[in-house]
Amino acid sequence: MISSHLPVLQVIIPLIAAPICVILRQGLLAWILTTLVCLISLIISCVLFNQVLDEGVISYALGGWFSPWGIEYRLDKLTIFMLLIINGVATIVLLGAKESVADEISSDRLYLFYTAFLLNLTGLLGVIVTGDAFNLFVFIEIASLSSYAMISIGRDRRCLYAAFKYLIFGTVGASFILISVGLLYDVTGTLNMADIFQRLPDIENTKTVTTALIFFVVGIGIKAAIFPLHLWLPDAYNYSPSIVSTFLAGTTTKVFIYVLIRFIYSIFGHETVFIQEAFNNLLMILACAGILYGSYLAIKQDSLKRLLAYSSIAQLGYMLLGISLATEAGLAAGLIHVFNHAIIKVTLFLSVVCIIFYTRTDSISQLSGLAKTTPLLMVSFLVAGLSLIGVPMTAGFISKWYLIKASFESGYWGLVLVIVFSSLLAIVYIWKFVEAAYFKSPENGVSKLELNKERPYLLSFSLFIFVIANIYFGIDSSLNVDMANSIAHDFYHGF
Amino acid sequence: MMSDQLLIVLAICLPVVATVFIAVTHNYTNVRETVTLFSAVCLIIVVYSLLQRVLAGEQPQLHLLEFLPGLSLHFKIEPLGMLFACIASFLWLINSIYSIGYMRGNKEKHQTRFYIYFAIAIASTIGIAFSANLITLFVFYEVLTLSTYPLVTHKGSEDAMRAGRVYLGILLSTSICLFLPAIIWINVLAGTTEFTNGGILTNDIGHGVILILLMLFAYGIGKAALMPMHRWLPAAMVAPTPVSALLHAVAVVKAGVFSIVKIVIYIFSPALLSDVIEINILLYLAGLTIIVASVIALQADNLKRRLAYSTISQLSYVVLATALLAPISIMGAALHILAHAFGKITLFFAAGSIYTATKKTSVSELDGIGKAMPWTMGAFAIASLSMIGVPPTAGFLSKWYILQGAFSVESWFAVGVIIISTLLNAGYFLPIIYAAFLKKPVDGKELSYNEAPLPIVLALTLTAAITILLFLFPETPLQLLNLLVGNMS
Amino acid sequence: MGINILGAFNYWVVVVLMMIGLYIVITHNNLVKKLIGINIFQTSIFILFISMGKISGGTAPIITGTNTVYSSPLPHVLILTAIVVGISTTALGLAIVIRLYHAFGTVEDDEIQQEIE
Repeated sequence: MISSHLPVLQVIIPLIAAPICVILRQGLLAWILTTLVCLISLIISCVLFNQVLDEGVISYALGGWFSPWGIEYRLDKLTIFMLLIINGVATIVLLGAKESVADEISSDRLYLFYTAFLLNLTGLLGVIVTGDAFNLFVFIEIASLSSYAMISIGRDRRCLYAAFKYLIFGTVGASFILISVGLLYDVTGTLNMADIFQRLPDIENTKTVTTALIFFVVGIGIKAAIFPLHLWLPDAYNYSPSIVSTFLAGTTTKVFIYVLIRFIYSIFGHETVFIQEAFNNLLMILACAGILYGSYLAIKQDSLKRLLAYSSIAQLGYMLLGISLATEAGLAAGLIHVFNHAIIKVTLFLSVVCIIFYTRTDSISQLSGLAKTTPLLMVSFLVAGLSLIGVPMTAGFISKWYLIKASFESGYWGLVLVIVFSSLLAIVYIWKFVEAAYFKSPENGVSKLELNKERPYLLSFSLFIFVIANIYFGIDSSLNVDMANSIAHDFYHGF
Repeated sequence: MMSDQLLIVLAICLPVVATVFIAVTHNYTNVRETVTLFSAVCLIIVVYSLLQRVLAGEQPQLHLLEFLPGLSLHFKIEPLGMLFACIASFLWLINSIYSIGYMRGNKEKHQTRFYIYFAIAIASTIGIAFSANLITLFVFYEVLTLSTYPLVTHKGSEDAMRAGRVYLGILLSTSICLFLPAIIWINVLAGTTEFTNGGILTNDIGHGVILILLMLFAYGIGKAALMPMHRWLPAAMVAPTPVSALLHAVAVVKAGVFSIVKIVIYIFSPALLSDVIEINILLYLAGLTIIVASVIALQADNLKRRLAYSTISQLSYVVLATALLAPISIMGAALHILAHAFGKITLFFAAGSIYTATKKTSVSELDGIGKAMPWTMGAFAIASLSMIGVPPTAGFLSKWYILQGAFSVESWFAVGVIIISTLLNAGYFLPIIYAAFLKKPVDGKELSYNEAPLPIVLALTLTAAITILLFLFPETPLQLLNLLVGNMS
Repeated sequence: MGINILGAFNYWVVVVLMMIGLYIVITHNNLVKKLIGINIFQTSIFILFISMGKISGGTAPIITGTNTVYSSPLPHVLILTAIVVGISTTALGLAIVIRLYHAFGTVEDDEIQQEIE
């Protein structure tokens, strides 16, 4: 009985848990509840994963109102792929969050942080499962509003400004998406994605649809921080509490890339978007510019969190690049990178969370000689860094391999150059910190800092899981690669 | 009787396992060094038993794991790889003996770290030697780069850091920018990256593409130090001498040229390349590198720098011989990998020996040193002769085969390059020997130092002796190479 | 043509309001005014939705027998939700502005940026 309601439980459970968190008013209890909820969410998504693989697409009518009248939750392979990523990241990150959060957020606000976290999770999961365009907008706003709150909750006063900036950008972006949904409703008379998809070809290529597409892409561009609409991202990642940066880097932007894919493939139809509008060329140029720009600016940063933020902009470019190839292989490569980058970036950010926990700083120049103090931590950073660069036997290599392969197959030589060149830039910015930590003497660095004597065991455990994942998915990539390939296959050859 | 698979795993894992013990025995230096020596001996035994099987005509192989569909870590031991593994494992033992003398004699810091990364470098060298496809080769190639970086920056000084950045920068950037795309391209074109007798590429992909791929490999494999990708090698000379000796005269650089030879034989196949007339570009590039590097070596006053440029020039011999594409010249290329390994390691040992005993690093300071250090300089002389190619040394043998190859395909360019570079080699080695033995010390006083510590002298005498022995008893390597050429045709 | 332009006057209002809103967001230095701009911007979208559902002569969709033309009620419902979202955004934005004022002593964009750097 319950198993048939899993799609909605996926969203409802965190939503209900959020106010309970407020009632609890106690940091530790809230953390236990939130972790439990995440765990349950993860289990639900695993069950759904199997259900979808066994039975194909699941359609769930919310409140018993069937589509196109009611809101439909629609779970296909792409949905469960994303659910798994988001829930996996959320659960493991939250497991380790307790120590760092207690360190960076004042204790009377802790329960509010967990509330915002749960709401954010609700929003993200809702965005993924819903099959209704307007419902998608609502969930986007739930996720966004809670993330503004999470960013502004830290002790550093600069986080307030970052949150406000993000709020302004984000609201404009969401409004653009809303306009797009409105225009689509205007021409098709429905909000159900599958319905819109069916009806759009009949309308031919009217200006309204094109306008909707443009509004959508600009809106999602802001939300997903696609170059050149990324301006909110560096500050938001840099000044927010570090565990929030970790979570945002691992989930939020990925979900918006998902929305982009969903709109292109399940609403507008890739033939319309890519072939008639030649839209992929624009995306491709933006992707390349973003890759180079992000990697270049990452090199110039001294703050580790900011460095990783710029690196994220570049990595988003990779995902976009895969999508913009407009081929089955390209889409698969983009999805593989969504998965792998979630793992890689979370590992890097969690390492930085640990570093900040120990040293209270993330400035590279102050951290020279760190490897002598915290050798294992630096190994984690190194593994994730190599993975980001794309060294074989790490998850990042798999992404690079498929991206380059897809570019070769489409005959885009220039893209191959961009990818390998930006890998070089990645070497430079990762190595900048590795060299400082390993090979510079601690005299002008770590020795001057006052180190935290406590040991964050749970945090280290989370980090450990992600480090292992980096290597595991570099060696046995069948899970994500097969999934991504079969999703791409479905989109190009029908379900 | 152990199975092939087990032996291959052992060969690659032994050095890795050794690192654990080296780390554990950090505080007991004698035990730590014993661990290194013991594992080196074990490795030789393992490699030797594999050698017996390869000589018997087998090609032991091992599928380890498949990390992408159609792409797996796959090892297969063919004759060329066997030869390379023999060189690497045997010289690891000798070099370890030498290291003990050198590191202790110079009271170097971080010795445990040194031995650990050294062992990892050896493991990845064996991995490169045994790799059965491009992707496995690439994996170990990168591990080798990364594991040697801490050895290059061993001193931790600003100079060493800068050199390390050049080292890592060139090797990583060439491999990721050129080597990796070439591999992926080949995978797209041929659907596989397995090393196969007769090559995996065919003529119908077009001469232009073949040429581009060849160039991507020639420059992507930065370890082969083809100019202008050679800068990392002189930079790496800031490392302690045992590192320069084994890694930057043998393991790392040989891994580069070995990869090129292997790719030419098993990915392109000489027959295919012979069809593509533009192949000669590789020949000219190699010839140019030989001459230019020799000229630079002629002017270098720092002994290790001179040896480094000599290495660059000698490496291009291998590339040149491969580019001739005649079976006999490819035999020559493989033989040169062997001959140069023993010769150059002796030269570096000698340079380190001089440094340990006298702290001297310049060629111009060596007047009259032969009397004080007869063993060192004697070995130096033998190795120099091998570099020049004078019998009875191994260097003569390889040059003989390469020249034969050059004549057989009537490449007068190659013949000319070899002759000129032989003269240049003589020009930069003989004055050292002359000064060491026949000139009087500059200040006219008796020299106040003696031979270097015993392990150092022992090691360099051994390698010098082998340089001569290889000339006298070349049966085993030749047998391997005949198998190689047999496979090709 | 002229009739066409007049006939679509509600869309003109939408566009003008939208541009005013965006202009305020972009140019104004005061954070509260930026929020006001965002609100105007969102309001324009509400109007866009509402005017989509309107059919001239149509009434509320209650079957009384006298009317046969109904306006679509769905956009209204959607906009109710969107208004709630907009209010939440404004509330959160204002809350952040208040805390910014406590932390920096100002709500001017450039002054805060100066303080941060």
